[in-house]
Amino acid sequence: MTTFVDILKSYYDQDPGRNCVYLQQAGEEDQALTYHDLLCGAAAYADTYKREGVEPDEVVVLILQHGLDLIYAFWGAVLYGAIPSIMPFLTEKLSPERYQADLAALISVTRPTAIVTYPNFEPIVQKALREGDSVRKVISKDEVEPKTSPSFGSLPGYKRQSEDIVLLQHSSGTTGLKKGVALSHQAVLNQLDAYAESILLDPGEDLIVSWLPLYHDMGLVACFLLPILKGVPLVLMSPFDWVRAPYRLLQAVSKYGGTLSWLPNFAYNFCAQKIREQHLEGVDLSSWRGLINCSETVQWESHQKFFEAFQGYGLSYQALQTSYAMAENTFGVTQSRMGNEPALDDIKESVFFEEQVAQPADVEAESIRMMSSGQPIRNTEVRVVDEEGNQVKDRVVGEISLRSDCMLTEYYNRPGITEDAFRDGWYLTGDFGYFADGELYVTGRKKDILIVSGKNIYPQDLEELAYEVHGVHPGRAVAFGVFNEQAGTEDVVMVAESEAQEQDKKWELADKIRRHVTKNSPIALRYVKIVGPKWIIKTSSGKASRLANKEKYLREQK
Amino acid sequence: MTDNLISTLEDFITTEFLKQPDRELKPDQALISSGLINSLSLVDLALFVEDTYGVQIDDTELNAETFDTLAELASLIKSRNQE
Repeated sequence: MTTFVDILKSYYDQDPGRNCVYLQQAGEEDQALTYHDLLCGAAAYADTYKREGVEPDEVVVLILQHGLDLIYAFWGAVLYGAIPSIMPFLTEKLSPERYQADLAALISVTRPTAIVTYPNFEPIVQKALREGDSVRKVISKDEVEPKTSPSFGSLPGYKRQSEDIVLLQHSSGTTGLKKGVALSHQAVLNQLDAYAESILLDPGEDLIVSWLPLYHDMGLVACFLLPILKGVPLVLMSPFDWVRAPYRLLQAVSKYGGTLSWLPNFAYNFCAQKIREQHLEGVDLSSWRGLINCSETVQWESHQKFFEAFQGYGLSYQALQTSYAMAENTFGVTQSRMGNEPALDDIKESVFFEEQVAQPADVEAESIRMMSSGQPIRNTEVRVVDEEGNQVKDRVVGEISLRSDCMLTEYYNRPGITEDAFRDGWYLTGDFGYFADGELYVTGRKKDILIVSGKNIYPQDLEELAYEVHGVHPGRAVAFGVFNEQAGTEDVVMVAESEAQEQDKKWELADKIRRHVTKNSPIALRYVKIVGPKWIIKTSSGKASRLANKEKYLREQK
Repeated sequence: MTDNLISTLEDFITTEFLKQPDRELKPDQALISSGLINSLSLVDLALFVEDTYGVQIDDTELNAETFDTLAELASLIKSRNQE
């Protein structure tokens, strides 16, 4: 029986001076942390949780930006036996009122005892609190106890059982859709063992470089828990720094001899298009053995663009890998074979769309090139099933379902939804895909969900926001995603009906919708089309059909 | 000079980011804090300014505190051109 704390204690006892994290922050010197530093910083937070009367087993929400405090507050909760959950920080484009409403919704479902944040952010957090809710204390990072050596014997986290919940990962969305994925020590450790095998992880040789946010499974599990618990050094930069200077990722790989990184598909295009030679002087990417594409639909074209841009810097084509992952399985479900190129499958376009079958193509002109997400990792069984739950044949598209020893314990405090997510012990992912020669190809989603630059968004949430704009009537706007080949991700399009005739009136309304949706949702809405009355196609039940409206929109754009 | 600068920047933003080349932006209209320019576009804007005016905007300056409007961006470019 092992828990996170057992593992941390063994590093602390046996190799305290070993570096575990190199923290990067734009405009500052890199900061190296050893396991000793990590555990002393975490112990200060554990002492603080104790002082504030947090009980082990209670949830602590962390509202902190990329930095030391976030790292210490997270591991401090683990040492203390409390359950940490990282919440995205308010960004400059998001409305504080909406952020407070989201936080209040999260509090009502997850019922945390404490929230950790910055002193100047406390007023915003306080406004999200309601009379009689679960939050007993907002802890300011300035009130944290001094760093201290952890005395494991008296830390409640040391007494946790492997089946106890160790952390929560929250999905986006409004109250009804908000789900905290609760994971046990055992589930996470089973995932880390199996996933580490699939990528041939070698703590003596590997070094992970990441800019991914820690509130998302790819950032949290692959690029935070995996390195720290497996003893692989991690270079951690801020997503805000990366998006403004994507070359920082490549410079960090070169500087530290990075071997592994994980990226959502759009990031391949983004790096290829926006990094200039002047920022790559002397950069050597030959150490990069795994650059794993995960969390959005994987595109072969994106790998080509990335490789063309950086092959001159020692990048190996075999480094470009793929994975299919989800928070409910802790992280990885499949992984491409390291050192090999991910399998490709050219299939007939017409047969695929009309019959939902992936038939190998003979004429190139009518084919779609699919790229595999790899093969199931050792501890995860994957089946593609039809609507009745029967396994389908190879090359037939169906819903991807899975079973493993690293599944979520539950959606926290949501027993009904947890039951609905499973059928006969199999978790139904809501993603469509097919198997061919043992390789899993992910083709689409059953759930009405958009994935935009790695962020998951429900179109109905965006439509609800549009209805709040004066001049838009309920039911008279529709949102959908259109794949943008250049960007390697989906663009969100909103179509709204209006009686306005004059062009400037239409622009004005489009602007209002754009501003309101952008300020109140995780994404920036760029494309708004104002149309006349009765443009939007409705189903017989009176709902706007997203697919039909998307097709109509695309026809009109031509 | 400033008017020219503003209209060139405006054209770039409306054409490249908003895909509405005909529309007008006011010089004092908030661009970043309003979400009109999203974070994924900021680096494009910095590269455009560098290519067109030879003015460097460091990535740590790509936020609404440094400039949020066309007028503020134009005056940033002008002041650096004089340095």
